[in-house]
Amino acid sequence: MTAFLAALLLGAGYNSAVVTIGAAILGGSAGAIGTFILLRKRSLVSDAVSHGTLPGLALAFIVMAWLTGDGRDIVALMAGAALSATLGLLCVDWITRRTRLTEDAAIGAVLSVFFGFGIVLLTVIQSLQTGGQAGIAGYLLGSTAGMLRSEAETIAVAALLTGAVVFALRRPFTLVCFDEDYAATRGIDVRLTDLAMMGVLLAVTVIGLKVAGLVLIVALTIIPPVTARFWTDRPGRMVLIAAAFGAAAGYVGAAISASGRDLPTGAVIVLTASAFFALSLVLSPVRGLMSGLVTRLRFRRRVHERQGLLALARGEAIYDPLTIKVLRRAGHIRADGVATLKGRAAAAAAVREEALWALYRRLHPDEAAALDHQGLVPIDRALPPDVVADLSARLEPALTGAR
Amino acid sequence: MNAPTLIADQGRTLGQNHPDSPLAISGLTVSYGEKPVLFSVDFVVPKGAMVAIVGPNGAGKSTLIKAALGIVPRIAGEVTVFGVPYEKARHRIAYVPQRASVDWDFPATVRDVVLMGLYREIGFLRFAGRRHREKALACLERVGMAAFVDRQIGQLSGGQQQRVFLARALAQEADLYVMDEPFAGVDAATERAIIAVLKELNRAGKTIVCVHHDLATVPEYFDHVLLVNVRKIADGPVATTFTSQNLQATYGGRLAAAHVEEVAVVREAAGEGR
Repeated sequence: MTAFLAALLLGAGYNSAVVTIGAAILGGSAGAIGTFILLRKRSLVSDAVSHGTLPGLALAFIVMAWLTGDGRDIVALMAGAALSATLGLLCVDWITRRTRLTEDAAIGAVLSVFFGFGIVLLTVIQSLQTGGQAGIAGYLLGSTAGMLRSEAETIAVAALLTGAVVFALRRPFTLVCFDEDYAATRGIDVRLTDLAMMGVLLAVTVIGLKVAGLVLIVALTIIPPVTARFWTDRPGRMVLIAAAFGAAAGYVGAAISASGRDLPTGAVIVLTASAFFALSLVLSPVRGLMSGLVTRLRFRRRVHERQGLLALARGEAIYDPLTIKVLRRAGHIRADGVATLKGRAAAAAAVREEALWALYRRLHPDEAAALDHQGLVPIDRALPPDVVADLSARLEPALTGAR
Repeated sequence: MNAPTLIADQGRTLGQNHPDSPLAISGLTVSYGEKPVLFSVDFVVPKGAMVAIVGPNGAGKSTLIKAALGIVPRIAGEVTVFGVPYEKARHRIAYVPQRASVDWDFPATVRDVVLMGLYREIGFLRFAGRRHREKALACLERVGMAAFVDRQIGQLSGGQQQRVFLARALAQEADLYVMDEPFAGVDAATERAIIAVLKELNRAGKTIVCVHHDLATVPEYFDHVLLVNVRKIADGPVATTFTSQNLQATYGGRLAAAHVEEVAVVREAAGEGR
């Protein structure tokens, strides 16, 4: 426990501090680019990218072992991984465009073939007469234990660079994700933007292989963005929040793994990210389970208030205890059930609201059906002013005529 | 028009012939596979006109504007905007896509969508400043949506979403507005609000081109019309071009005779009103 705490507070030596910070930066970059991939509805592609790295990784190891006697050269491994992942992406693209298979089918096929081929190469590596075979296994599930300082620094700097690219391209990315046709009319090259998005995703995946592992790194590009969606309705904030969740997951994962236990980093990162997701699912003020409950209770109160006020306006007696409670709390009725001055004004307003909404429903049935709340929101907050003015103008003569 | 230009010349001839036209199209052909969706359409939009593009479903109306704006690749044809190739003048055009073309669950507020219209103005790396936010709000004010600025776009009704799209186009301060079915699925009040804004733009000298599906309102809203069904059937001022014969030629059997009569009656009524 103390070793873990020390690692968490960056007190476990310079090396593990660099590793931990590097993993956090990596998580941040992955969360940021993952948000755009998610909004572009191509999250599955990141799975193809990560699994597509394995054959290249293994081949690079074999080549380096043959040339230098030790295959664990991080730059060569990254280059090999990037090359084979690119090849995998090209295969997905080719299959999707040239055959009648859909993209998800193409991804499934490419992913399993590449991964299978990589596993075969891994068994070949195990039989080689060379050192460092154990090092390559760390790329499957991620491992930061015993990572070299130079390796950690490479990862940190490269992750920072990808983060900077995402920041620089955030506006074309957002426009293309929202509406590629409109983006094209603004002079954005949609193909090039998509290519850049894929390029950054590929870079983040390759950089993160050693830390998070190729089986699980996909979690870093998917879970934080999905988590962030619970906390905001704005694109820029979603990217920032996803980056923050990703960074936190990367930080905790690397710290635990660096504290010396034989825990795979990737697994800890995924578990941490999932914990954030679960918490957000329950607690989110925008679309969480708790907020759903609160919204339902509030809605019930509004229904009772409206029903009670309409009853007051018609001079009917109110028996429903909840309705009485709601009205009394709002100061619309006295303890003996008689309407206050404020209550009578509110009742008159409610009648008018109800009439306006009824008119709106009659004039524009389709639009009305598409709106939430069914007329329990003040009408001037739910509809544009010209529509409300039109409704009032139609309503006034009807009301005066009735009198 | 002169003899058709068979060899593309990057719009030089077309641009020379129509230097003032906000949008001049010649020989525009689009196809998916070997079936042409549009075949050799020539069309010149007069400056300051209010144009309706009319035709049956699947006639290539949307494709026509998408191909003209470079969204859909064309296999032949040329397009010039104010006398120069489209690529050099795209900042003078504001495109309003069909409402159904985007995912309204996207994490964006009304403000975010209108700020997209200021993409060029804000610049590549900088953030939207106070000036930009105020401008976005002013555009929303014009379409009656200022109170909805912080609403997530999926919580709006169809008519409100269309208003937001119009506000985004207003923010672009363009000279030519190209709209794809702006009145599809909107309530009558929104339709009135949108047409009021469009007429106001038109009075200020802007040119408006709308793909339009409601034949009955063509004479009331527009002064110029293009009838298209894969090929161009006719184009010109509404008063002389929007005739029963031309509509019959455009819609063929798909337009009930009764409907043509009805349109003719509406047209006469509108004509008498003037």
